[in-house]
Amino acid sequence: MAFDLEEIYETASMILSQNLDIRTTTLGVNLKDCIDSDFIAFRQKVYDRLCGHAASLVAESDKLERKYGIPIVNKRLAVTPVSLIMETHCHPERFLQMAGTLDAAARDSGIDFIGGFGAQVQKGFTRADRMLIDTLPEVLSRTERVCAFLNVGATVAGLNLDAVNLIGGMLKETASRSEKGVGCAKLVVFVNAPEDNPFMAGAFHGTGEADAALNIGISGPGVVKRVVEKNRDGDLTQLSEIIKRTVFKITRAGELIGRELSAALDIPFGIVDISLASTTARGDSVAGVIEAFGIEKIGAHGSTLAVALLMDAVKKGGAMASGNVGGLSGTFIPISEDAGMIDAVCKGALGLDKLEALTAVCSVGLDMFAVPGQTPAEIINGIIADELAIGIFNNKTTGVRLIPVPGKKAGDLVEFGGLLGTAPVMQVNPFSAGDFLKRGGRLPAPVTSMRN
Amino acid sequence: MQTEKELVFITVIGKDRKGVVASIATYLYQNNVNIVDINQRIMTDGYFVMSMMVDAKEASAPMEQMSRDLEVIGRDLAMRVQVQHENLFKMMHRI
Repeated sequence: MAFDLEEIYETASMILSQNLDIRTTTLGVNLKDCIDSDFIAFRQKVYDRLCGHAASLVAESDKLERKYGIPIVNKRLAVTPVSLIMETHCHPERFLQMAGTLDAAARDSGIDFIGGFGAQVQKGFTRADRMLIDTLPEVLSRTERVCAFLNVGATVAGLNLDAVNLIGGMLKETASRSEKGVGCAKLVVFVNAPEDNPFMAGAFHGTGEADAALNIGISGPGVVKRVVEKNRDGDLTQLSEIIKRTVFKITRAGELIGRELSAALDIPFGIVDISLASTTARGDSVAGVIEAFGIEKIGAHGSTLAVALLMDAVKKGGAMASGNVGGLSGTFIPISEDAGMIDAVCKGALGLDKLEALTAVCSVGLDMFAVPGQTPAEIINGIIADELAIGIFNNKTTGVRLIPVPGKKAGDLVEFGGLLGTAPVMQVNPFSAGDFLKRGGRLPAPVTSMRN
Repeated sequence: MQTEKELVFITVIGKDRKGVVASIATYLYQNNVNIVDINQRIMTDGYFVMSMMVDAKEASAPMEQMSRDLEVIGRDLAMRVQVQHENLFKMMHRI
């Protein structure tokens, strides 16, 4: 036979028992040419375009799922940042109506999340950007499937602290309007946001993209955990090597499906994002990988080194496997979506300070974590500003997805259910940086950005 | 010629029992699918694994249908069945 039985069994086991899947096929769609001075016609064009694309995305993804026997878990849409297409319709009620249109298009075509209700404000706001931020509490609490993002800084632009200063209050307002504050789970605040990230909640179709682009997110912490467990004694170089080899294989699967799907849809193939992304399924945990390295609980001293090694090996394996690796590619370390992370917080192994340290070497940032509902807005802004500074000064993407859960205090558990999992409410440093943050303005771009 | 074939791997995993090859082979015969090669073994972790390489070029049912039908046959045998086009193995295991 052309392949050894071992090779066939290895692939089958990855899928059947180690939760290998294509986490998402995300179709980025340009909406700029839908803009119309007649707002009703504008919304109709947006709706029709999204439904048309979504129908073929879902149908063709289902076919490939059967052809290759790999689950394609999510089919999603990402659109041009909405603040951009709303510049000439700058009224709050119209932002809400546009969000309603996106939500309806997703719902009517069986798409669970649609990303792009956001703005890039790394150097300043347009009127539409500012209005979009003001409407976010209502949009995030009233719509079901619309995901939002804000890019508030970049290594080459610095940090828009005025934008950060709006976020704590806005998140608290959003939380107060949605059950258990879950509306906040649909917003990511970024710096250096990639324009081709296929993962929600932060996906959007950047202005440098074509009319449409297909991006694939492939995951597989369970697969990596398994090979690490089978290699208990290797040194760090050997550990890195076995992870690279495994990630190479799973990225190849993503590349294959991405290329075939893009040919079937007649839409250019964008990138494969190889990110280890946990789910609440048993064994599908990034914390589980770190613990298989030989760390008692993620958060223990030594964890930052472990995450750095994992992240680097994942990138190296992925880079060899695909012509275009992009998006966030690395390792997510969300709290509520990863059983091992939840356990580490509950057992006191992992606090917010160590989590922030881990994000300096992971691929995104502080993700899906809950803080007490009473946390002052200025302290939330401080948490966000610190995380984003890490991204700006290390020339990488960082993001924050924070949920201030109304009525909950540190140590409580909040069950969001489904993909969003369960969040232990984390202790927050009660001292304030309010007077510092109140200075506002823009943090200058770091000297390391001057590379021309 | 190799290139004219539509090679698909059918992998059956579970506890060894009688009738596995017969059930799958009967279905393939009924759907005009030619078996090119069969390989089976008890793996080191104790699972029985049988893999068939078949040519589905002339199959009377589309691949999605075959995949669904074989999944049902597998369930009746208390085995897991995976149907996967050979391109997946080429991509994952060959550079």
